[in-house]
Amino acid sequence: MRLDPQPGEVIDRSRRLRFTWNGRPFEGYAGDTIASALAAAGVRVFSRSLKYHRPRGLLTASFHDPNCLVQVGDEPNVRAAHRLLADGMEVRAQNVWPSLRRDLKAANDRIGRFLPSGFYYKTFMRPRRLWPVYERVLRRYAPGGSVPRSAPPATGWATKRFVHADVLVAGGGPAGIAAATAAARAGARVLLVEEEHHLGGHLRWGGEAELARLRELRTALAAEPGVETLTDAVAIGRYDDNGVGVVHRDPDGAERLVKARARVLVVAAGLIERPYVIEGNDLPGVMLSTAARRLANLYAVKPGDRAVVLTANPDGDAAIADLKRIGVDVAHVEDARLGGDLHRILGGGFVGGGGRRTVRGVELPDGRRIDCDLVVTATGWTASTALLDMAAEPAKLSGAYRAPTRNAPDNSVGYDPIAARFRPDPDRLPDSVLAAGGVVGDGSTEDLVEHGAAIGEEAARRARGGSARRAPVLGVEEHAELFQGRTHGIVDHAEDVSSKDLVGAVREGYGAIELAKRYTTATMGPTQGKLESVNTVAIVAAATGRSIAETGRTTSRPPYAPVTLGALAGPHREPVRRSPMQSWHEAHGATPLVAGQWIRPDHYGDPAAEARHVRERVGIIDVTPIGKLDLRGPDVPRLLELVYVNKWSKLPVGKVRYGVMCAEDGVVLDDGVVGRLDTEHYLMSTTSSGADRVAEWLELWLQTERPAWRVHVTPMTTAYASINVAGPYARDLLRRLVDGIDLDPEAFGYMAVRTGRLAGVDDCVVWRIGFTGELSYELHVPSGFGPHVWETLLERGEDLDVAPFGIEAQRILRLEKGHLIVGQDTDGLTRGHAAGLAGLVKLDKADFSGRPELAWEAAFDHPRLVGLRPADASTVPHEGCQLIDEAGRIRGRITSSRMSPTLGRAICLAQVDADLAEPGTEVRVRLVDGDTAAAVVTEHLAAVDPEGSRLRV
Amino acid sequence: MLLLPCPWCGRRNADEFGYVGEVVARPDPAATTPEEWRGYLYLRANRADWTTERWFHRMGCRRYFTVDRHRTSGEVRR
Repeated sequence: MRLDPQPGEVIDRSRRLRFTWNGRPFEGYAGDTIASALAAAGVRVFSRSLKYHRPRGLLTASFHDPNCLVQVGDEPNVRAAHRLLADGMEVRAQNVWPSLRRDLKAANDRIGRFLPSGFYYKTFMRPRRLWPVYERVLRRYAPGGSVPRSAPPATGWATKRFVHADVLVAGGGPAGIAAATAAARAGARVLLVEEEHHLGGHLRWGGEAELARLRELRTALAAEPGVETLTDAVAIGRYDDNGVGVVHRDPDGAERLVKARARVLVVAAGLIERPYVIEGNDLPGVMLSTAARRLANLYAVKPGDRAVVLTANPDGDAAIADLKRIGVDVAHVEDARLGGDLHRILGGGFVGGGGRRTVRGVELPDGRRIDCDLVVTATGWTASTALLDMAAEPAKLSGAYRAPTRNAPDNSVGYDPIAARFRPDPDRLPDSVLAAGGVVGDGSTEDLVEHGAAIGEEAARRARGGSARRAPVLGVEEHAELFQGRTHGIVDHAEDVSSKDLVGAVREGYGAIELAKRYTTATMGPTQGKLESVNTVAIVAAATGRSIAETGRTTSRPPYAPVTLGALAGPHREPVRRSPMQSWHEAHGATPLVAGQWIRPDHYGDPAAEARHVRERVGIIDVTPIGKLDLRGPDVPRLLELVYVNKWSKLPVGKVRYGVMCAEDGVVLDDGVVGRLDTEHYLMSTTSSGADRVAEWLELWLQTERPAWRVHVTPMTTAYASINVAGPYARDLLRRLVDGIDLDPEAFGYMAVRTGRLAGVDDCVVWRIGFTGELSYELHVPSGFGPHVWETLLERGEDLDVAPFGIEAQRILRLEKGHLIVGQDTDGLTRGHAAGLAGLVKLDKADFSGRPELAWEAAFDHPRLVGLRPADASTVPHEGCQLIDEAGRIRGRITSSRMSPTLGRAICLAQVDADLAEPGTEVRVRLVDGDTAAAVVTEHLAAVDPEGSRLRV
Repeated sequence: MLLLPCPWCGRRNADEFGYVGEVVARPDPAATTPEEWRGYLYLRANRADWTTERWFHRMGCRRYFTVDRHRTSGEVRR
C-alpha cells in the first residue's frame, strides 16, 4: 500500500509509469524501483529460491537483495530492488515453471531432506555414462533468467573509460561524501562512486535531522568542482597499485566499465545489515530493519499491517518508530539487549496477494504465538570490507615478505567480538588505502562525517606525495553476537543454504571455513557473502567448537557484486589493415580474404587462370602486407649474421639475399629477403604475419644481448605499398615505368636491388626475386603512390596482357616452385634442417640464434620437407592429411597441396620421417574420407623449373 | 593491474607491456652442452620471491627493460 508523502521519499508522484509483472499490468512512480512499485501494489513474492523453490520476498530492499532477481525484457538477473522503474517495462519472475504462483519445482522443498549439501556431487557422479542425461535434466533446474539472443543488446555494447584520480572514494554515505568533499577542498581530483542511485547512505531513510544533515553534505559536495560523482556505479574490485574496476550504469541503461587508477583509495563502504538465522527467516514478509525503513521512508510503501520486531540496536528501535508512524500495528517487540528472542517464524496460508506461503506469525521462546504478516529483525551488521581485502599490498612488504596466513589473507581485517563483526585495522592497511566511516567503526552522524573528512584530508595529502600520517580512528560500540537463534534457518538466501547444511558439512569433515563454503556453496551466490558471511563463519565456528577468530573468513575476491559479461567484454574491436590498393581490388571483383590482420584479394574470379597467366604472360599482385624493416647503422651485418642461419657479412651494396631465422630452440621463426641499399642501409622483408614479431625479436637482441651494436630498426610495412610484377614479360612491362634504373639482365640480375624513380615516384625500392618462380620484380613505393603505380602498370602493360593476380594464384605458383611458407610447411617443432634448409644453415658461424640446437639436429635423424607426387594426378589430398606406413603408423603429413595449372596434376609438399625422404620412396596418404592413396617422393621440392632457369632470364 | 616502471615513460599499466620472462644468462653457444642450453631455453626458477624479469613496452616506447618483482605480492622495484 502506498502511504501519504514521506519527508525523504524519492518518488515523483506526478509521473506515473506503467509496466507489467508476469504479464499483468501494474503502475508505479518515477523514482520507484521495480520492487518498490510491486510492493506498493501489494506484491509480496518476487522469486522462488535456488534449490527448494520456496517463495521469497524482499529481504534488504536494496542493491544486494538476493530475493528479487528478475527478467526485464530480454535482460536477465536484474536487481528489482535497485533497478529504477521505466515506462513499458516487461518484468517477469525467474527460476519459476510454469509460473511464480504455481511452481512445480517447489516439489524440491518437500523432498528437501533428500537434497543435502553435496547432493549433486554425490548423486550425479555415477554411472558416468548417464551424465549427459543428468545434464539435460539439471539444466532445466539451473537458476537465472534467459540470455538475450540479439547482439548487440538494445543499449548497445558496453564501453570502457579510464579515470586517473588522486583520490577514489568508494561509497557515498555520510563518511564518503565528507571524505570526497574534504579531499577536493585540499586540492585533490576525486572520483566518488556510489552503488545506489542517490548519495547519502543510511541518512536517506533517517528522520528530519538526518535528512537536514544530508542536504548540507550534498550542498558542500556540489560546491567542489574537483569531485566527479558516479551513482549506480559499483567498485567491483581493487587490483594491484590501486587499480579499481567500476561498473557504471547510465540512466539510459548503457553499462560502462570504468578502469580507475587512484593514488589513494578511500573505502567508505559502510555497514550491511545482517539477517538473523531462525526457522522461517526466508518467508516473504521477513525483512531487515533497513529494508522496512527503505520501503517506508524512500518509497512510501507500507511493508505490512501487523509487525513483530526483533531489535538489538538503535536502528531496530528507529524501525519500530517508523512502523508506528506509518500506521503499522507493531504487535510485539523482542529486545535482544534485554534477552529477547524469537523461536521461529511461522508461515502458511494465502496472506497478502500473489504468493502461497508468507509470514503468518511468530513463536516466542516461551511458546507463545503472535499473529503478524511482517517480521522485522535488527540483529547486527557486517562491515563491507571486500575492497580492503583485495589485491596484494606492496607497501607493507618492503624488506622481509610476510606470507599470507591461511585464514587471514591480508591480516588487516580481523574479528572484533565487541563489535560482533570483522573489522579492518586501519594501521595495517597499505599507505595507498584508507577506510572511512562505518566500515571502520560506529558513531553518530557527526562522528562519521568528522571521520570521513579527516580521512579525506589525509588521502589528499598522501596523494600529493606526503608521507602517511596515522589515520584517525573511529571507536566501536558494543553489539551482541547475534547470529543464529535456537532453530535452524536459511543462512545464504541466494544459494538456499541452511544452518543445518553447514552443521552437516562440519559433521562430514568440512570444518575448515573454505571447505564448508565450497561444500555447501554458502557465500558463493550473487550476494557473495555480503549478507551471510559472518553468520556462516559463526555457525561453522559453533559447530566445530572454535572461536570465530580461529575459524577465520573466506577470501574476498573481485568482483564485489555480480557484473554482466557484456560490461567486461565491451565492444568487439578487431581492426583490419588495408593496403592502399584494396579499394581498387574491391572495385574490380576481388574476393576478399582475411589473412591475419590484413584483408587481401584472394582472387579476381579464377585463380588457376591467374596462375597460368603469370607463367605465360605477366601479372601483378599487391603484396603490401609483407613485413618491411628499415635497418641502418654500421653493425647491421653483425645483426643479420646473428638472427639468420646463413651468412651475411659479404652481401654487397645492390644485392639481395634470402634468409631464414630460427629461434634459440632451432625452430624456424620467419623468412624473407634483405637488400643492401647502401653501405649502412638495408631493407629487410618478413612474412606478412611475422612483421611485428621479427621487429620485436631484433630489438630484443639489440637491447639486451648486444646493446653496444649501432643499429636502428624502423618498421616500414605500411610506409611502402608493395607490388610484385611476375611473368616472362615482367621486364618489358617494368621498363615502361622506370626512370634511371637499368633493367638489363647484366646490370640488374637475379637477387639484385635498385632504388630510384618509378612512374614518376621517387624513393622506390625494386628488387628482383622469385617467389613465384618467374622473372619477377618486387616494387616498394611510398604507400600514398601505391594506387598510382598499380594503375600505371595496368595501363602501360595493356598490350602485354598484364592482369592482377591474388593470393591463391601466388600460393599455387610458389607451391609449383617448392618454396615453403613458414607456419604452413613448418610448425612449432620444425627446426632448420627439417624445413629442408640444410644447405642454408652455416654451422661454421661461431654464433647465431639457435646454433647449438641446429648443430645437434644436424647430427641426428630429423623429419624432412619433401615434394610429393600423388599417383592419382586428379585427386588433391587435403592439407593436413597424414602419411602412414604399412602398419598404419603416422610417418608424416601433407603441409601444402594444390592442383597445378601448369602441370595439370596434383602437387604437394610434405613433412616425412627421414627414412621416407629419399626420392622415389612410395608413401601412403590417408585421405579425409578414410581411403588411402599412393604418392611418391619427388627429387626436388619444386615441381616446375627445379633448375630455376625461368628466374634468371 | 600492476603499474610497471618503464625507463622512458614512467609508471604505466601492465597491459601496455609484453612479458618476456625471468632473465636468464645465455650460455656461450660454441661451448654449451645440451643440458645447459636447454636449461637456458626452458628452465625457470619461478620462486615465490624477488625475481629479475624482463618486460617489453610493446604499446609504448618499445623498450626492453628489467625489473625486480616479488612474485607473490607484485611489488616492483627497479
